Amino acid sequence: MKKFLSALGAFLSRFYMIIIFIFLYAPIILLMVFSFNEGRSTSVFTGFSLRWYVELFHDSQIMDALYYTVLTAVVSSLVAAVVGTISAIGISRLKGWQRNSMVNVANLPIINPDILTGVSLMLLFILMKMPLGLGTMMIAHITFNIPYVILSVLPHMRQMDPHLYEAAMDLGASPSQAFFKVIIPELMPGIISGTLLAFTMSIDDFIISFFTTGNGISNLSIVVYSMAKRGIKPSINALSTIMFLTVLILLVVVNLIGKSGRKAKKPSRQPVRSLI
Amino acid sequence: MKKSKPRYRAGSIADGQKFMAIPLLLWSIMFILLPLAVVLYNAFLDPSGGFSLDAFRKVFSSDGIYLHLLLSSLWLAVESTLICLLLGYPLAYILSRHASASVMILVFILPMWMNFLLRTYSWLAILGKNGILNSLFSLIGLPGINILNTRPAVVLGMIYNFLPFMVLPIYNSLNKIDPSLIEASGDLGASEGKTFLKVVLPLSIPGVYSGISMVFLPAVTTFVIPSLLGGGKVDMIGNIIESQFLKTNNWAFGSALSLILMVLIFAFMKATSKYNTEENERGGLI
Repeated sequence: MKKFLSALGAFLSRFYMIIIFIFLYAPIILLMVFSFNEGRSTSVFTGFSLRWYVELFHDSQIMDALYYTVLTAVVSSLVAAVVGTISAIGISRLKGWQRNSMVNVANLPIINPDILTGVSLMLLFILMKMPLGLGTMMIAHITFNIPYVILSVLPHMRQMDPHLYEAAMDLGASPSQAFFKVIIPELMPGIISGTLLAFTMSIDDFIISFFTTGNGISNLSIVVYSMAKRGIKPSINALSTIMFLTVLILLVVVNLIGKSGRKAKKPSRQPVRSLI
Repeated sequence: MKKSKPRYRAGSIADGQKFMAIPLLLWSIMFILLPLAVVLYNAFLDPSGGFSLDAFRKVFSSDGIYLHLLLSSLWLAVESTLICLLLGYPLAYILSRHASASVMILVFILPMWMNFLLRTYSWLAILGKNGILNSLFSLIGLPGINILNTRPAVVLGMIYNFLPFMVLPIYNSLNKIDPSLIEASGDLGASEGKTFLKVVLPLSIPGVYSGISMVFLPAVTTFVIPSLLGGGKVDMIGNIIESQFLKTNNWAFGSALSLILMVLIFAFMKATSKYNTEENERGGLI
């Protein structure tokens, strides 16, 4: 009886997990399948064709949006990496109310609703007579990316021996050597995960970009949103399929490399954060 | 002549590094605090440039359209959060006991790498009148359903988009539970059900709180999901704010609504902050 119950439990868990996975993957698979559709419809499959993949590369609206999306994500996450790391070091040396208020203010873009961040920056740019466009969108992205880097670097700063820097100097390192050869390498895992997180946040952002851009500068999300009313061109599906498969392949490769390197160790129940 | 000081005091260099927070301070004043001040200023501005409370009066006006809208947005977000919790907790539990949990988690968050607008838009093709779901239903002889452009479609969109934000923090806190605690509970005679109720569940509560806030906050402020799946018929507060700034150009009203939204969110954060330690705040995201 007990055996039967646990087998039933295992079956139900598996069944439940599969149902949820179907729920999560159905829209994505649909999207990919219809990127190979001959016709324009997204619900009637009329025949296999690579037409939308060819059209994608001739579609200047989508290609421009892709360019601006990637440009914004790369530049803003790199700037955020530098500013965020320096800030995290600074914050970790603050104490009491100074530290608390600095952390709270810096985290506001994460806590505040995106729509408020977007609207408030838009009003500021208009008030300062800055023309809305790539520059303003970039400032907005840097603003919401910085806290992600800070949040990733701060715990590493806390774990670091506070006297490491002095020890390096006692051993004859100059202040800049101590900083770049000792402190920064210690923080590197946090800097990398924070920057990657910032990058993905920037790639996926819609609301804040929507309010802070102008002058015909759009990222992919904005293009999708503006197309949604008239019906989305399957070229966008084609582009997403390419992007999704790229990420998938990268993840598989990274995981395989990671696995072969860690084979000797026991299988760890690692927390989610190590996965990204 | 002073005593010659050592080249540095322990900690003095570290103290000097606090000035590295200055760029952040300046950036935050310029692009976080000042913009919020501009919103505050606009909320109390009347068209002629004077001070006015009209925008707030409009929100709380007697006909109550906007108050009603505010409450119905809140309710929709609460509903979505609860369903996410009910669906997400068992899933997190199953995942945490899965033999290859880390691979399953990866499979679980993979969809988030596809543009969320596009993923949400894809539901139109599933839920539409002649969509995939109805074709499947008619194949097996069920009557068709038509939920597109209704509230249930918006709730579904919310669950679809935000379920991972509920599952990941809960999974993390379940994963942190020391397995020997569960063994000890069993050794001391507790049944599996009792062990779950008395050991596992209480220890996973921080993850639950963090999941709730990570779902509720984006759900209550979104305007994209109602606009795509509600077809303009299910407005939430985010939609009204958007149209004040981009269509009707009533900045004062839009600013007032934004501020009210912000106050609501901070009240919510305050209420749940007991459990949101720094560690948990990060746990779900990365």
